[in-house]
Order: sequence, then structure tokens, then C-alpha cells
Amino acid sequence: MLNLINGALKLNAGQIFLEGREITHTPQRERCRLGIGRTYQIPRPFEGMTVFENVLVGATHGRGRTERASHEGAVQALERAGLLPRANTVAGSLTLLDRKRLELARALATEPRLLLLDEIAGGLTEAEVDDLIGTIRSLRSEGVSIIWIEHIVRALLAVVDRLMAIDFGKLLVEGDPSQVICSPEVEHCYLGTERV
Amino acid sequence: MTWVNVVIQGVLLGGLYALYATGLSLVFGVMRLVNLAHGDLSIMGAFACLVLVGILDVNPLLSLVLVLPMIFVVGYLLQRLMLNFTLKGDDMRPLLATFGLSVIIQNGLLVGFSADSRGLDAGWIENASLSLGGGLAVGWFPLLTLVVAILVIVLLNSFLTRTRLGRAFRATSDDQEAARLMGIDNRHIYALAMGIALGIVALAGVFMGIRTTFTPGIGPARLIFAFEAVIMGGLGSSWGPWRVASHWAWPRRWASSSRRAGESS
Repeated sequence: MLNLINGALKLNAGQIFLEGREITHTPQRERCRLGIGRTYQIPRPFEGMTVFENVLVGATHGRGRTERASHEGAVQALERAGLLPRANTVAGSLTLLDRKRLELARALATEPRLLLLDEIAGGLTEAEVDDLIGTIRSLRSEGVSIIWIEHIVRALLAVVDRLMAIDFGKLLVEGDPSQVICSPEVEHCYLGTERV
Repeated sequence: MTWVNVVIQGVLLGGLYALYATGLSLVFGVMRLVNLAHGDLSIMGAFACLVLVGILDVNPLLSLVLVLPMIFVVGYLLQRLMLNFTLKGDDMRPLLATFGLSVIIQNGLLVGFSADSRGLDAGWIENASLSLGGGLAVGWFPLLTLVVAILVIVLLNSFLTRTRLGRAFRATSDDQEAARLMGIDNRHIYALAMGIALGIVALAGVFMGIRTTFTPGIGPARLIFAFEAVIMGGLGSSWGPWRVASHWAWPRRWASSSRRAGESS
């Protein structure tokens, strides 16, 4: 689904709209300029470049600015993702946690209005998940729309306004998070039975 | 002092080979494309220079001001209109396309210029040399070739590591889909890379045309020089091909000096 929204895959049928504008046939690189940012489930940093250069690429090309004008935005994105101390580290040598942080920082550097997060909390410790929840809450409060695919339900419930449960591409149930999580369809799908 | 001379002349000749290798290395580094027409495109640059020199009656080195932008545009359009379409799918597509291009260029040049050997006359600099003492001398033109080769590599390195566009080259090289996600147009980047690579290899072609003679059919031999330096120096590396080209040129110079010694005895 995220690949369809950000343009990595083409649709067989249907349409995609962003803030009322149809983007079904808009190339992937232009969708970035329109404000769609994403992170990958398996991080894909530009491994031969430093952490700062990775983010700078997002800040310059993602927004169509010069490097000088993008410098401050890149530093802010790194700070927000907690990666500023590692700015000069080569991305290929980062740990999994830092790679996930870099994914977020690089997406934030493109200044998205719609942020697509793909299992960004996977593999993090409890404390790290709490940090991430804080970051995502602050993004939401700034007006960034977020679509977040996640298996760590605690993190989702702490942030989201609307929850969709999908089973093998089929929508099971959608709505208020507390109601969705308690719905019989979700319990049957995840637990194999209804709660006794 | 023979061996000292061999080392010096080898390093100087390595400058020319490094120019051949740098363009090939850039294209492979950015888009993983092996350009089998690389040598023929360098010969095309030499013939373009020959035509311009004939029309404008200027020194071949001065004609580079026009030749290089022309070849850059040819490279950009070649990538944009043809080679970009071969990058999707298996690795055989670009190999076959550039092999076909090599055949077309060679035969096109044969039709246009015949199989006669040609040369570019750069005037006094071709034969002038700088004496180092002890029977050693360095030709001004080989020295110029080496300096230009080093300058090209330094400038290319600076471009790749310090500029906005250079970072886009490296990002696209690392992961083209992630680069698109960052708003980079990879087709444009590939075309720019090919334009720059062909500009560099055209420079090599013109320098080779001043140093020795050339015919429409010698492109594949130039490709072999570039391949050897690039494969041994590291695909996508900047300085590796130059180091290998210099080392690799020594035995050639040694063989050449031994042959001359044999002929004179």
C-alpha cells in the first residue's frame, strides 16, 4: 500500500488523491516534492555517504533547494531523530537502530505533509519506542498526516486517531483505535478465537 | 638509467590510459552500465576534433572548447533516448545495445573518413621535451596529458563529494529507488553521468590523436586499455584506475624501449 501511495508501484485500478489533487500517474520523485515522505521497513541508507550527507540529499533534492538553504533543515531533521552526534559517520557502518533513525531523519528532511512509516518501531527497545512515540506525536501536532504500518500495537494506540486492521490485503475493520482493537474480527484474526 | 626512464615514461603514458578509464569507471559506478562503445566514442571525439580543426583551422587543443560540449550533448542524448531504456531488466541489454553502437560508430566513421590513418597536429608541443639531466627527458605533451588526467580526476572527485549534483550521483549509485524517493530524477542523473564520461573519453581520444595516429577501427583496443585499468583499479573508483594505468604502462614502455634497443644494436 505504501509503495502505491509513494509511487514505487503502479496501480492496476483506482485513483490516489493528495489533498484533493489526483496523483495516480505522478512520478515517484515528484510525489516527494508534493510532500509525501516515507521510511522503509528494511532501512535503505545511501551507504557510501555520511549520515549528514544522506539527510542533506533529502533536504536539497526533496525540496528543490540549494545545499546552503537546506543545511539548517538537515540539522533539525537529524536532531529530531536523535542522530546529530553521528552526523559524520558513514551510513553503511550504522547499527540497525541508527539506520532506522536515519530513515526517519531522511524522510523528515524532505519536509513531508504526508509521512508513510513502515514498521519503524520494529526491533526497538521499550525506551526507544517511547522516544519514537514522542517524536511522532510532535510531528502530528505540527499538522503532518501520518500513515503508520506497525506490529507494535502499544506504539500505535499511543498515537493514532484512526486504526485499520488488514488481513492479507483485505480490510477487516476500521475506526476508533480502542474499538478496533476489541472488535471480534481482529480478535479472531490475531488470536484465532474470541476473548472469553 | 633505463629503468628510471621506463618508470617516468610509464607514469606519463598512464595519464592517457587513466583518462580512458575514468569515464568508464564513472558510468559503471553511477549506473552499473558497461559501455562497450567507450573506445569507439573516444575515437569519434578524435574525428570530431579532426573535422573542427579542418573547418576552423585551429590547434586541436583549442578545438576542445567546442568538441567537449558537443560530445557531452551526444552523451546526454544517447543515454536519455537509448541507454536508459536498456537499464531495466537483465545485464545483457546494455551490453548488446552498446556493442551494436560500437559497430555502428566504427562503420559510420569508415564510411565518412575511410580506413586511412589520421593524426592531429598540435604544433611544437608534440616534439618539445624537458631535459631532466643524466640522459633523461620528459616530453611536454605527455606531461600535459598527465597533468590534465590528474586535474580531471581531482575535479571529478570534488564534484562527486562536494556538490549538490555530485551527491545526487552518489545517492543514485547507492540506491536508485531510495534516490527517487528523495526527489532525484535518476534518468537525468544517468544522462549527465554519460555526458561527463564521454566528455572525458573524448578528451582522451583527442590526446591520443595528437600522440599517435588513429583509424575508425581502433576503438575496441582503447576499450581494452580502459577495461584493464578499471577492473584492476576498482570499478567506480576514482584514483584506482589511474594507479593501475600507470603501473600497467611501465611494461609497455619497457617493451618499447627494449625493442628500440634491439633495433639499434
